[in-house]
Amino acid sequence: MTDGAPKSQTIAVVGGGIAGITAALEAAEMGYDVVLLEKGPSLGGRVTRLNRYFPKLCHPTCGLEINYQRIKKNPRIKLMTMSEVQGVTGVRGDYLLTVRKTPRFVNANCTACGACAQAAETEIDNSFNYGMDKVKVAYLPHEHAFPMRYIISPEVIGTPEADKIKESCKYNAVELDQQEETFDLNAGAIIWATGWRPYDASKLDVYGYDSSPDIITNVEMERLAAHDGPTDGKIIRPSDGEPAKRVAMIQCAGSRDVNHLPYCSMICCLASLKHAAYVREQYPDAEVDIYYIDIRAHDKMSSFYERVRNDPGINFIKSKPGHIVVGEDGRPLVCGEQIIEREIYQRPYDLVVLATGMEPSRAPGADQPVDVEQDEHGFLIPAVGNDGGQFSAGVAGGPFDVALSTQSATAAALKAIQAVRAG
Amino acid sequence: MPDGGTMVIEKKSGIYLCEGCGIADAIDVDALEALATGDLKTPHCKRHAAYCSAEGVAEIAADVKNGDVNQVLIAACSPRVMTDRFNFPGAQIIRANMREQVIWSHPPGEEDTNMLAADQLRIAVAQAGQFSPPEPHAEAEVAGALLLVVGGGVTGLTAALEAAHTGAEVILVEKTDTLGGWTRKWSRLLPERPPYRDPQPNDIADLIAAVEGDKAITVMTNTLVTSTAGGPGAFDVTLTQNGKNQSQSVGAIVVATGWRPYDPSLLEGLGYGASPDVVSDIEFEEILSSGEMKRKSNGDALNTVAFIISGDSDRMPYSSGLSDRIVIKQALQLLEAVPEAMIYVMHEDLRAHGMAEEFYRQAQEAGIIFQNGVVKSVGADLTITLEDRLIGEDVPMSGFDMVVLSTGMVPNSTNVDLEPAAKGADQLVDDVNPLAALLAAAKAGDGEEKAEEAPAPDTSEEADQDGANGEAAMPGGPILNLQYRQGPHLPVLANGYADSHFICFPYETRRTGIYTCGPVRRAMSVAEARQDAQGAVLKAFQAMRAADKAVSVHPRVGDLSYPEFGLDICTKCRRCTVECPFGAIDEMEDGYPVLNPTRCRRCGTCMGACPVRTINFKNYNISMITDMIKAVDVPDEFAEKPRILVFACENDAYPALDMAGINRHQLTPYVRILPVRCLGSVSATWVSTALESGYDGIMLLGCKSGDDYQCHFVKGSAIAQERMESVGATLESMMLEKERVRTEEVSIADSARVTALLNDYADEIKAIGYNPFKGF
Repeated sequence: MTDGAPKSQTIAVVGGGIAGITAALEAAEMGYDVVLLEKGPSLGGRVTRLNRYFPKLCHPTCGLEINYQRIKKNPRIKLMTMSEVQGVTGVRGDYLLTVRKTPRFVNANCTACGACAQAAETEIDNSFNYGMDKVKVAYLPHEHAFPMRYIISPEVIGTPEADKIKESCKYNAVELDQQEETFDLNAGAIIWATGWRPYDASKLDVYGYDSSPDIITNVEMERLAAHDGPTDGKIIRPSDGEPAKRVAMIQCAGSRDVNHLPYCSMICCLASLKHAAYVREQYPDAEVDIYYIDIRAHDKMSSFYERVRNDPGINFIKSKPGHIVVGEDGRPLVCGEQIIEREIYQRPYDLVVLATGMEPSRAPGADQPVDVEQDEHGFLIPAVGNDGGQFSAGVAGGPFDVALSTQSATAAALKAIQAVRAG
Repeated sequence: MPDGGTMVIEKKSGIYLCEGCGIADAIDVDALEALATGDLKTPHCKRHAAYCSAEGVAEIAADVKNGDVNQVLIAACSPRVMTDRFNFPGAQIIRANMREQVIWSHPPGEEDTNMLAADQLRIAVAQAGQFSPPEPHAEAEVAGALLLVVGGGVTGLTAALEAAHTGAEVILVEKTDTLGGWTRKWSRLLPERPPYRDPQPNDIADLIAAVEGDKAITVMTNTLVTSTAGGPGAFDVTLTQNGKNQSQSVGAIVVATGWRPYDPSLLEGLGYGASPDVVSDIEFEEILSSGEMKRKSNGDALNTVAFIISGDSDRMPYSSGLSDRIVIKQALQLLEAVPEAMIYVMHEDLRAHGMAEEFYRQAQEAGIIFQNGVVKSVGADLTITLEDRLIGEDVPMSGFDMVVLSTGMVPNSTNVDLEPAAKGADQLVDDVNPLAALLAAAKAGDGEEKAEEAPAPDTSEEADQDGANGEAAMPGGPILNLQYRQGPHLPVLANGYADSHFICFPYETRRTGIYTCGPVRRAMSVAEARQDAQGAVLKAFQAMRAADKAVSVHPRVGDLSYPEFGLDICTKCRRCTVECPFGAIDEMEDGYPVLNPTRCRRCGTCMGACPVRTINFKNYNISMITDMIKAVDVPDEFAEKPRILVFACENDAYPALDMAGINRHQLTPYVRILPVRCLGSVSATWVSTALESGYDGIMLLGCKSGDDYQCHFVKGSAIAQERMESVGATLESMMLEKERVRTEEVSIADSARVTALLNDYADEIKAIGYNPFKGF
């Protein structure tokens, strides 16, 4: 065990997605002080941008709402948004984290009344919707944002528009002179819940992601189907807004590919089954083709797979398409050879969804403050016997679904408690 | 129990009207102030430009500190926001939602909007009138940090060790005479570490030694849990070892009963039993462990072996994908032992998730032949007929020395040794089917509509059986033998998995203080099971801590309130004991209900169930909601303003309505929204109160029910639906249209839909006409 009592009983949780939220709450509800650090303006990470979860097709905000209520009730959790860990020194029981806080330009006086957004004119890409639509330069990250507080984008700072935004606020919540700051904090244990990012579809040059707005990624499909997404949940062709009724899902877009992500990203098959269900629910006359190598319905998901497979409007085509081009009529053409039928195909679609994989948010590199063993891809190895003071939770530790992320986050909370508990 | 030693403190209410966020621009705050100080008899009424500002908070805090108020009614934003600011220790906080659900969803300055705002204030004052601060239930005797772990396999061993490392004493019980479970039988394990390419050594012996050497852990082999009573903090368990009983008080229970192999003879047509050389993966593991790579029939060497992964959908949930990885492991180990062997793996979808792709790659590179297709049959001579999907026809293949059938892990959610199950656990049904129990109770007892007259005590046989409902459907004996009104089993989901909200809250159990982990929850590898054990142990500690503090666990974490039972008018109808989603209420020998407070999750389903309205929380009770319903000023028919009462689940429907406001969706001015803990807590008497009070329609908004239920209290919508159906019958007998009461399932993402739903309902109610009881 440790040499002497740990100096700090505080647990630092890095990352405010579902894994970080879960780890923070589980530790705090055991009576430990937790600092939850999120680099963005609000919690929820990737899951808050999902329309629904497989296999229950329920909405992520349902569980998040409960979690946010738990956070609101728990004074032991100190939430810091806009905060990113720059460095860590120390040992189990006694770490010093260096944190960089970027300005939000809105302070805690914000009531979320929305006057600033009304005063703003400039529009910027809405990162919540992966840039598929615009938001004002003063904006609420999304309708379920927690904390429910606006943010002003740095683009506008120093312009007359910024002054106009400031004047619009009756509650002295706009602080245009906020500066980036760096501060230190102590913790006895660190949980890395830094999550993932979608594999960059532009790297898959044969799939023409950049050649047509109607070739999108699976995470963009989630926004397209979401009621609070860029189309209010209508699944349309981004090029012309027409209903997307012929839809192709391209599995393993990057995953299981030694030139891209050599591993299987685990969630993409289930996500595409779910996307097929979205399309079919919206358009009874729609037809969806899923191009796949193997459908990997893990755990209890097989009944969901069965359900989708039994839908006559959803075709499973065992083939990894060779390339996707834009046809003469402007529609994307999926081209390849069908393995079973030995047939060369070239099929036009309204919408092509690339089932891109997950890679860790923190790229593998030398300047990482993380003191947890990593694999070559940058995933932290969630070793059961880890007796240090740093642990991984969620997708920081491998390509997991939400159920595995919350499970690993709960386990990480226990390990962190063991590291900081006195005696 | 009720009122024992309660100090009655005089209520001093203060109303704080916030003018911020455009409230003062949209509604007549002067009129609200006049209402507060006039009709609502609350002279202490203040207003501020923004109560959430430092000055606003300071103003309220000063009033609390000076003893001027001990009930703070804030008419401002939604109760879901600014909870940190509006937190005044020593005072009760009541919120009136004037922002999201008034000014943001209704046009400014209009009469209807002002009427709504006035009603919001009236409702808040009515709520305050029946609101008392919760007090902890009588201290339960707490066993201290003593944890019972059931199951001595890798999951249970890990749980015991992790609990000991976190400061608990542990009793680990194992029904057989040895520790290690199935893991002991694996020659090697799946790779857990980079490069994820090779089977790794089995270190279960080290884990067993660590557990046996830990002074905080008492290991009991040959032991069954023959009785479990009590609740978190102090479960009374009987442990039976070699026929001898031992009573023990434990704080929480971790169930790690693991799995059993799927019966390979159920893989029809695949030759199991037809030849000794058709073996299951479990049997093949024994061959690998023995090191004797020989045919069972004649002892010849294994030169050509086929592994079959069947896509049989019955078996699928048990085979998971883990089975596919096990096949890869076994094929690689066979190849290592017999380098010249020809090894085929016949499969449909080859499921090697995540880093297991490297394991699959290793097998392919090593020369193992993966053949995609459906195996149609395996003959007694080991001829395999494969529907080859690459060439699209049936191909007979022969010359195999052995055929290995991949099986799967069936959860041990029941104790099969006591009564072997004929088939896999797919015969298991949701054991305590809540609706079945409810229906039985409804059939046996009086309908909710007669709630006004206390129903006669019901002792019919049908009612007696409803607690045991489903027990008969569970093959095998119960693991914990719960001495609960609702039967001895842990509730399970489809296919027998002992689990609940497995996506967001994997340890949100339906029997408080009892946490399942490992393959009893879903098929999982050794590494995953070890991690799962850690999670379950943490939740077990939380349950013990919550019991010690007399507060609720998830999802109403920290809630001090609990239902109090007024037994003087209880009719022993048993609805509360039957409907409690968590089995928290037992029956005393004389038939009266008795609450096990540490099992209770504070959802209020019992309150909603009680026909004589005698189950109540200090801060959430029948009278409170009744008064809130009556507080609304319902205009007479000639005003042509119908009123619709909405009971909205506070977890999903209420936030959806808030988000409708955030999006400025415009809502019909006729609705009045009351948040409820769960639709299960909605009493049928509230519906009759509302109809008597002149409301024209009543809508209940809850979460999705059914197999994929989303209710955090398991069955709120389903129960509400049942109750309202019987209310509907009453309406018809009163010549009232049954459309006047409706239950809808909505999700938290339904901010647009919920608006449309209510607006459409308002139109429908208008078309039906006014409640004829209005004004009586």
